[in-house]
Amino acid sequence: MKFLVAAYIVTWLVHFAYFGRLVRGYRRVRAELKDIER
Amino acid sequence: MMKRKLAFAIPIVAALLLAAAYLGLVAAPTEATMGPVQRIFYYHVPSAWTAFVLFLANFIASVVYLVNRSRRADAAAVAAAEVGIVFCTVVLLTGPIWARPVWGIWWTWDARLTTTLILWLIYVSYLMLRRYSTSGQTPLLAAALAVFGFIDVPIVYLSIRYFRTQHPQPVVAGGAGSGIDPIMLKALLVNWLAFLALAAVVAAARYRLEELLALRAEQDEPSPGAPLDQLNSSRIAS
Repeated sequence: MKFLVAAYIVTWLVHFAYFGRLVRGYRRVRAELKDIER
Repeated sequence: MMKRKLAFAIPIVAALLLAAAYLGLVAAPTEATMGPVQRIFYYHVPSAWTAFVLFLANFIASVVYLVNRSRRADAAAVAAAEVGIVFCTVVLLTGPIWARPVWGIWWTWDARLTTTLILWLIYVSYLMLRRYSTSGQTPLLAAALAVFGFIDVPIVYLSIRYFRTQHPQPVVAGGAGSGIDPIMLKALLVNWLAFLALAAVVAAARYRLEELLALRAEQDEPSPGAPLDQLNSSRIAS
């Protein structure tokens, strides 16, 4: 059972780590675009 | 526009993922030999199939880019490759977690495992090429690498059909003698559908980010009439 739980946690850790990276990328680019517009 | 589409898609994907988790973790019968650990199958296998679909999308977008140099195709290729690596990473991590209690080992260099690791390395090198190459031909080189790299996808798929491997033989489309309980098959297919929906939403978001990066790069470019200092500083920065 602990292996099943571990696999489930690992799966979602990988996905959420990538979501976090995407969100950071969006925030950075949007801030840079605003800076350029000013 | 993107926000509105995401606001519409995210609840649907979340509902699909919850239904898939219920089917895989609760509704599907417990496998007699392996016990609960077999349920890893419901996200290991759909993740692998989803990665294959994304690498196929990367291959098609790369061919389109090679034919007509479309920036949209290039952005789609990057998005598909990056999200494909995420799913392939899940496959490479959940596989050993399943193997340890079932085989007694985390890893073995059999045809399926080795070709899957090579597949992951090919697409990581594809992204590293895009990230670190300073050549003006980077998208072209990356597209060529993607076309050749895709050759490994059918090799991975067929490896358990043509080689004797430690990895289990296919239970879906595996020919005579293969097959699983109908409820298990339903859980597997619903999980695949949920992961495909998740991949589509995430790849669309990554595609939009690539468009924004291109827009920023365009706005960073100094106009032809810009002062010489601005032109020089832009060249140094690039």
